[in-house]
Amino acid sequence: MLATFGATVVHVESRSRPDGFRAEYPPYKDGKPGLDRGGCFAIFNDSKYAVTLDLKNESGVDMAKRLIGWADIVIENMRPEVMSRLGLGYEAARELNPGVVMISSCNMGQTGPRAYTPGFGSQLSALAGFCGLTGSMEGPPQLLYGPYIDFIASSLGAAAVLAGLDRQRRIGQGALIDLAQYESGLMFVASALFDYHKIGAVAERAGNSDPNAAPHDAYPCRAGGWLVLSCWSDNEFGRLADMLGQPGLAADPCFATMEARKINEKDLSALISQWSLSQDAEEAATSLQTARVHAYPVNTIADLFRDPQLLYRHVWRRRRHEVIGDLACYFSSFDLSEVPGDVTGAAPLLGEHNLMVFQDFLGVSDDEYAEYQAKGAFD
Amino acid sequence: MLNGYTILDLSNRVGWLAGRLLADLGADVIRVEAPGVSIAGADWQAYHVNKRLLRLDIQTVDGKRNFDQLIPDVDILIDSAQPGDAFAQHLDWARLKQLNPRLIKVSVTPFGCEGPRAGWLASDIELMAAGGAMSLAGEPDGAPMRVTVPQSYGWAGAQAAVGALTAAVHRTATGIGQHVDVSAQAAVILASSHAAAFWDMDGKNPTRCGAYLTGRSMKGARYRAFWPCSDGHLNFMLYGGPAGRRTNTQLVAWMRELNSPLGVLENIDWKRFDPKLATQDEVDELERPIANFFLGLTKRKFLDEASRREMLGYPVSTMADIAADPQLEARDFWYDLKGSVGHQQRHCGSFAIVDGVRPPLRHAPGEEVNIDRLLVELKTDSTSGNA
Repeated sequence: MLATFGATVVHVESRSRPDGFRAEYPPYKDGKPGLDRGGCFAIFNDSKYAVTLDLKNESGVDMAKRLIGWADIVIENMRPEVMSRLGLGYEAARELNPGVVMISSCNMGQTGPRAYTPGFGSQLSALAGFCGLTGSMEGPPQLLYGPYIDFIASSLGAAAVLAGLDRQRRIGQGALIDLAQYESGLMFVASALFDYHKIGAVAERAGNSDPNAAPHDAYPCRAGGWLVLSCWSDNEFGRLADMLGQPGLAADPCFATMEARKINEKDLSALISQWSLSQDAEEAATSLQTARVHAYPVNTIADLFRDPQLLYRHVWRRRRHEVIGDLACYFSSFDLSEVPGDVTGAAPLLGEHNLMVFQDFLGVSDDEYAEYQAKGAFD
Repeated sequence: MLNGYTILDLSNRVGWLAGRLLADLGADVIRVEAPGVSIAGADWQAYHVNKRLLRLDIQTVDGKRNFDQLIPDVDILIDSAQPGDAFAQHLDWARLKQLNPRLIKVSVTPFGCEGPRAGWLASDIELMAAGGAMSLAGEPDGAPMRVTVPQSYGWAGAQAAVGALTAAVHRTATGIGQHVDVSAQAAVILASSHAAAFWDMDGKNPTRCGAYLTGRSMKGARYRAFWPCSDGHLNFMLYGGPAGRRTNTQLVAWMRELNSPLGVLENIDWKRFDPKLATQDEVDELERPIANFFLGLTKRKFLDEASRREMLGYPVSTMADIAADPQLEARDFWYDLKGSVGHQQRHCGSFAIVDGVRPPLRHAPGEEVNIDRLLVELKTDSTSGNA
């Protein structure tokens, strides 16, 4: 997010312990795992530079200190106190760079009885309530794709460091931000938590239904497609009934009011499914929207690459990756009128920019670089 | 950190979180509602805490005039006007820029301000469908699912906060404001992690896998992700690799301590266990004694013990479990304040701890400020040179 809008972002790894996303998760170029072959790493790391530093080696730590002295923002998500043990914690960073903005973002935050508990975002999504709130009432909780909560924390973390950077630019003061990924996720269910605290109501998974709309569901369409639609007023339902070719439904006592439609939601779903099965999801959504009814095809991942609105916004930008080749990179959910962002390049190879970052950005001389290299700083 | 920033929040539900996050970071956020609009709902209360409320009908001549009087002293305006909305013209960026060239206008809308579907209607379910998230949730042979508590508004609001502050940093450097155009549909794509890479690189279209993890075994076996326990469900998976090794070894040690039957687990060498090579029959044999063991545990017992043993896995929490979690209590995550009718309310506190302190929530939801007082306040602030 920061690199897309002009920041110089340097991703720091080591050769002995590269970013786990590089090789642990598919897809891989030609199906063969490799540190520079992974699409999982590539999709999250475009527009960045990549360097390697061995932080178990004194000279590597030394170089990391120089990077911190150069940077505006330091982002880390190791277990609490690891950075301090390495001599790279906030106090040390402030000595090197008084205005530095540092964010520490691990599962549970820097304090509390479970601060040191390791964890993956996919499972943290269960602890933060998301999995329990997904699925039908009768069935088990459902998985959300990948480490869902990680991307909530990344977004909130980006906002927090930008606020810190802005303050630094205005008054020179740095900041230390402790962001727990768990707590970040809870901001996405804040109203359900508020309700629980206020009246003891425990939100439960309810399929696709919503207390304030009926119908409100996904309906099967032709050729395996799906369509979602929802009606938020009796008038909107009247327009839907016209589209279904059954205008009489709007006056039918079983469906005429929101209350009646909620009671008879199953019958209503069956009626709509009967109609939708013969429809093309895309065409049906377009017709319903023309009639001012909430509707959208359920986009599959492949559909995201041909959705007309996403194409209009140039959400996917193809860039050339040194090993993988031509690759789709996600641009941004937002754009700026005065300083438009861009994907400036595909994800970097492991250690691809060691020379550029340490010599051009930090000003390390040829001789000094060779010296550090000999000591194993860049391993 | 954003002390001195004044933000006007005119957004609809899709953008509410943005102002809440900026308020948590220190900005003075003024939520605008027309007189008579109800503010009682849980959504409104949870996402407008820490903001002040200005009752102003911006559809009237007086309301429009007051709005224009405020704009010169506002740093960030958040709105959700879509093409064709009644007030959209009054919020036109070219017009507002004339009133305040330093203004940052953040439009948080379902599909963005322009494009073939910019005017389409969408609530959470349409946005979760449009952004691809629903195609990835639910049973493989069942309907696509959304998360019951709306998520697309969270994604859009969080991204709007990032966009607003990207623009703020630019303004601090140059003095120039700008328009930030946020698409909730595009924001929801973030929820699909790296799924797009499978389509782009392999032509494989990822789909939903329900309560099981598939695609890890070369022999087609599926792994259980959710396990019934004595008071709900646990989320636990048989991982391989170093993380799985520790977790699986610890689990077996724990089962042994409690004399729980181990079955085939007794003879597994976790150093050599590779989920990629297991058949479904082998996975079923491995999972049977674990399922039996978990049935005797409560969610809290599992959370405490798994944490102590540094095992991967968490309970599937309900809101009640989260409310009682000692980790959140220890970090002062909850914030209590008196609501507008005097009752004590408990809210999620500010989302980050800054310089060792979780910033307190300064305003109960619905704490009103009137237009005259606000105009005076803003004029005073602008002459004292804030933000």
